[in-house]
Amino acid sequence: MIEHNGRRFALTLIVILMGSAAHAAASTLLNVSYDPTRELYEDYNKAFAAYWKGKTGDTVRVNQSHGGSGKQARSVIDGLEADVVTLALAYDIDALAIPGGLIPANWQTRLPDNSTPYTSTIVFLVRKGNPKNIHDWSDLVRPGVSVITPSPKTSGGARWNYLAAWAWALKQPGGNDVTAEAFVKKLYHNVPVLDSGARGATVTFVERGIGDALLAWENEAYLAVKELGPAKFDIVAPSLSIVAEPPVSIVDQNVDQHGTRKVAEEYLKYLYSKQGQEIAAKHFYRPRDPAVAARYATQFANIPQLVTIDAVFGGWARAQATHFADHGTFDRIYGQ
Amino acid sequence: MATPVAAVELKRPTPLRLPQRVLPGFGLTLGYTMVYLSLLVLIPLSAVFIRSLGLGWGHFWDVVTAPRVIASLRLSFGASLIAALINVIFGLNVAWVLVRYTFPFKRLVDAIVDLPFALPTAVAGIALTALYAPNGWLGIWLLSFGIKVAFTPLGIVVALTFIGLPFVVRTLQPVLEDLDKEVEQAAATLGASAVQAFARVVLPALWPALLTGFALSFARAVGEYGSVIFIAGNMPMKSEIAPLLIVTKLEQYDYAGATAIAVVMLVLSFALMLGINALQHWALVRHGER
Repeated sequence: MIEHNGRRFALTLIVILMGSAAHAAASTLLNVSYDPTRELYEDYNKAFAAYWKGKTGDTVRVNQSHGGSGKQARSVIDGLEADVVTLALAYDIDALAIPGGLIPANWQTRLPDNSTPYTSTIVFLVRKGNPKNIHDWSDLVRPGVSVITPSPKTSGGARWNYLAAWAWALKQPGGNDVTAEAFVKKLYHNVPVLDSGARGATVTFVERGIGDALLAWENEAYLAVKELGPAKFDIVAPSLSIVAEPPVSIVDQNVDQHGTRKVAEEYLKYLYSKQGQEIAAKHFYRPRDPAVAARYATQFANIPQLVTIDAVFGGWARAQATHFADHGTFDRIYGQ
Repeated sequence: MATPVAAVELKRPTPLRLPQRVLPGFGLTLGYTMVYLSLLVLIPLSAVFIRSLGLGWGHFWDVVTAPRVIASLRLSFGASLIAALINVIFGLNVAWVLVRYTFPFKRLVDAIVDLPFALPTAVAGIALTALYAPNGWLGIWLLSFGIKVAFTPLGIVVALTFIGLPFVVRTLQPVLEDLDKEVEQAAATLGASAVQAFARVVLPALWPALLTGFALSFARAVGEYGSVIFIAGNMPMKSEIAPLLIVTKLEQYDYAGATAIAVVMLVLSFALMLGINALQHWALVRHGER
């Protein structure tokens, strides 16, 4: 009697499982991202779900997780079952490739433009009317100017800030690694608080009223101006800045386990489509698509010279080792 | 059948046997205790030790003796000690008032003491920073005297004092309630002044509880992260706490380096707790003899 019931139960289970496999109507993706992309992906997920429904007839639900970029990468290494990662810098996605083996080492070549569908850059946010007359990097090291930027040891965005400052000093007449280090040291001498993340630094500058200039992601700066009212802050575009590339990747081990590889791949590819690019631009990320970029050109800061991390620093692995690892240039600045 | 055997056993002269227990189940509960403590405390902590072993002794020593690590450990333990001392003094005052006097809204005041327990620490940190920042209510006023609190080590002490307060008050309250007023009155009738009665009669009875409160408040403060990072300013060598350095190492995927600092904190905390326990034992014995 018991055995009979058990067999019937197993049979029912098989039927149910087969039934769901045949339909495969609904799938769920988890996008593990960093802090400032919350609003961007809320919009994008809706657009992608509609696109996917139209193309395949299937529904897809995308869940989001946000936090500091490094912390998010660590969660994925420790077992958070992300289908895709969209993080602040390649270094954090590289971390998934080496110790965890979650993705192949060549992940960044799988999608166009270094797997970065949109870019951003580093600008200055200053108090309304720019009372301290800050126009370029050189103004940030003047005595009496106070600069807010998070610690590059804990914040992805802060690493872009640091490298942008370094690149500017390097490109000055007679600039070399020694003058660049001296410049960055002087700059950090003017930093009164090192927050652990980009959002924390924004709060220190905006809510606590500390500092004359905030080094910020361009998209964060525009969002702050838009949300908090243009009456309080101005955006200053320096003469040179860095192209900040927040890349994306599927997490191979997880999508194969979940059977979501196809939809996950399409989710990332669609970021490069006209509609994906439009959504990125609306959230103040610089689109890669030239046509979309041209249409939104006026909403971005006009920075005469934009350099890349590959050209100036030889890629993330080298920049990380030289500047942010223990005993790197950042530690030297603080006398260690 | 079983009862007579037990009765016979009881009658057997057994000078070496442990004292008879009224309730059975010693073995079972001890077993549960050991398993429970192992699963919750010992196994995770030994994982920390094992992970730090990956460094090798030389590298381990380099990590934990780096000037920045030393500075942060000094700050973490120093600020926690100061905060715990402040809490002992003012916590005693609060507990005394709550036990010995009746006044309007006493229940409400009593409940307020528990708030630091209940509040998420990040909320506490943000609230304290908003208050003590140079543009905050208290910050503006303090700044006019040239005192900066938020984004300095002083701010760290403020946050740690905040989160540690309930530990002292809640350990002292039951002891104070047990302490009869008659004892103080007896001291007074025997010619002791108020100060003498407090120092020679009340305080000795409170020592063990005060030490417990101090230890709990201190231990809580050493490990605190959430509230401190908002108010600390996090400047290397100046206002960077040891738990932040651990997070920093993790952020660089340096698990071994992070656990090395954690091991040092564990060993230091454990040594301090042992010391406080010994002191407490000594205080109990000494008080018991009187």
